[in-house]
Amino acid sequence: MYKHTLIAEPGSHMVTLTREFNAPRELVFKAMTDPKLVTQWWGFRSTTTTIDKMEAKAGGVWRFVDHDADGNEFAFRGVYHDVTSPERLIYTFEFEGMPGHVLLETILLEERDGKTFVTDSSVFQSVEARDGMLEAGMESGADESWSMMDELLEAMKVGSA
Amino acid sequence: MITTFDALADPTRRQILDLLRVRPHTVNELVELLEISQPGVSKQLKVLRDVGLVQVRQEAQKHWYELRPEPLAEVFNWLVNYRSLIEEGYERLDELLKKMKEEEQNDV
Repeated sequence: MYKHTLIAEPGSHMVTLTREFNAPRELVFKAMTDPKLVTQWWGFRSTTTTIDKMEAKAGGVWRFVDHDADGNEFAFRGVYHDVTSPERLIYTFEFEGMPGHVLLETILLEERDGKTFVTDSSVFQSVEARDGMLEAGMESGADESWSMMDELLEAMKVGSA
Repeated sequence: MITTFDALADPTRRQILDLLRVRPHTVNELVELLEISQPGVSKQLKVLRDVGLVQVRQEAQKHWYELRPEPLAEVFNWLVNYRSLIEEGYERLDELLKKMKEEEQNDV
């Protein structure tokens, strides 16, 4: 069903994603660290991601803002700890809607036969925080989530009238 | 019973939340900034408190209204399926990489 695999052992603070890309490491690393490229793939198709800041180097800051069709914004930010081309990225990640809930993300890139194998591990501050994110949206399922989004947006429009 | 969505539906309440996002404010500060009567501001703050978007902290004889981000996070989290987000992003990365490889070949 999904092309990526997800490992989240019960009681662990960590989530590990793995995914294979049909491209050499240098290209994948570039797509992950060049602001002009990141904006073309990060997030849902239904949102636009603007890059407020992106200093892809050790100590650099990053901040992305996702915009949906109705102008709602969801912002994410963090600091790069390690940017080692073409093999490793380590950075913090925070959703501004939930300040203080920071996770540490490590992305490793391995190349075999011209393909890149990406391992993306995120460490949360608590098992609850991790489980909360994994459970998000799952009860509703994608279709219901979108129709509830419609209701929210209608409610917000009514308020603006 | 009023929900977070009801609370977010009002533009004045959204303005209050935008101000509180920057830092906590007192009622008087909000009255000045929003140019609304004090009872009007207090009424909106009550709605926001009732849904847990805002809480009050007393410091040095002033009441500071501050943002509680949890309900907003819940709205986002409830709308977003984590695995769908990851899957869709990686698919889009697939498409971009394909384009990048084609552009490299065209340059040769």
